[in-house]
Amino acid sequence: MSKVRVLVGTHKGAFVLSADGKREKWEVSGPHFAGWEIYHIKGSPVNPDRIYASQTSGWFGQIIQRSDDGGKTWHQPGSPAADAPAQAGPPKAASNKFVYDASAETGKPLTTHQWYDGTQHPWEFKRVWHIEPSLTDPETVYAGIEDAALFRSTDGGQNWRELPGLRGNDTGPRWQPGAGGMCLHTIILDPSDPLRIYIAISAAGAFRTDDGGKTWKPINRGLNSQFLPNPTDDVGHCVHHVAMHKARPNTLFMQKHWDVMRSDNAGDNWREISGNLPTDFGFAIDVHAHEPETVYVVPIKSDSEHYPLEGKLRVYRSRTGGNEWEPLTKGLPQSDCYVNVLRDAMAVDSLDSCGIYFGTTGGQVYGSPDAGNTWAPIVRDLPAVLSVEVQTLP
Amino acid sequence: MIRVVLPQHLRTLAGVSGEVTVEVSGAVTQRSILDALENSYPMLRGTIRDHVTQQRRPFLRFFACQEDWSHESPDAPLPSEVTSGKEPFLIIGAIAGG
Repeated sequence: MSKVRVLVGTHKGAFVLSADGKREKWEVSGPHFAGWEIYHIKGSPVNPDRIYASQTSGWFGQIIQRSDDGGKTWHQPGSPAADAPAQAGPPKAASNKFVYDASAETGKPLTTHQWYDGTQHPWEFKRVWHIEPSLTDPETVYAGIEDAALFRSTDGGQNWRELPGLRGNDTGPRWQPGAGGMCLHTIILDPSDPLRIYIAISAAGAFRTDDGGKTWKPINRGLNSQFLPNPTDDVGHCVHHVAMHKARPNTLFMQKHWDVMRSDNAGDNWREISGNLPTDFGFAIDVHAHEPETVYVVPIKSDSEHYPLEGKLRVYRSRTGGNEWEPLTKGLPQSDCYVNVLRDAMAVDSLDSCGIYFGTTGGQVYGSPDAGNTWAPIVRDLPAVLSVEVQTLP
Repeated sequence: MIRVVLPQHLRTLAGVSGEVTVEVSGAVTQRSILDALENSYPMLRGTIRDHVTQQRRPFLRFFACQEDWSHESPDAPLPSEVTSGKEPFLIIGAIAGG
């Protein structure tokens, strides 16, 4: 029988939730990396036992952790395991070293972006927001970082190199931080084209490469952001998250700061699909594993009130690719609920009956084994949840 | 033998439970201690000093013999009590909320 493993990053550590295919009884493992912020934790689709985690701290900086046994044990790639005896000698690798590419070979190293007050501000590395393992090679993994840039490792996370073409595409000086910082939070690898990658940055917008990361272009036509001097500018949009179904790599769904959007031509043009949503502000968005036109969002009241409308935690599902949305409430709190669901805190499994999962800033992780019809908490009292990913295991 | 006290999170990363000791050849300074520490515990590279600038991370402070050395030159000789091992070199995380 198949199994699922839910990987949860929180403000104070990581947790691994495991169940069989029925998804009724759960085992909880953790906290791993207790006391550290775990912005993201994600497994390789090629080798599910290979899991990468972004461990970060305002005191000690960025650490990349890796497990090769499905999350039982962890180590920093290239360094001896924490429970192994200390070994003298030169460092083997620098898995926590993220240095922006300022080489002459990139043509025009970019040194500043727009600050909150409109002035220019130097790029400063802060943390890894999102880790995206390759679809074909467990040793290759991408990292989306704050301040926004894309890095790649081809040696299992031991060494990281920036893909500088993204910051060098001429629009960088107009990128600006959102409320959470200037983060590259979404990385989508096209399963049908190894040279195509989508990324999204808050607040710059969505970008696409068609040459494996050498060159990038903004793909924000159709977005409308009232906080911008030019609301339809090509960059500057606060994209919160983007999702894609692997069978429809040209169709993208976006939860923007306000507005839920859709593109059917790989991001070249977007149209609004907010339809009958009670509010189209939110962070998380995902697509059903087997139904490319079934989309999920969690509407949040507003950009200043980051909690559900009326204290009712409702996931909204569209079975028509947008515009027509239905609230999913069975098993979710319908009074006095004032949690948030962050952008990377929703995921789906790929069992026959698609499971969907999300975590809240109140520390709950909810799961639905029937595509959202019914929900139950897997755990109720974790630290604030930053990210949720799911592995479907044989 | 130089004694070094690490904050709890770095002890966990390094896989140690108490003080650590490092060998320093030549002058005993903040820089030479941290070089030796990172040599013995490579997983700590970048957690105390910035990878590129080698500057102390802003929420960490260095103490020795009940004095704050955080703002002294990294190449200033440390007290003889640290050199002799009588007193440890302390790396302390700043208190900055929960």
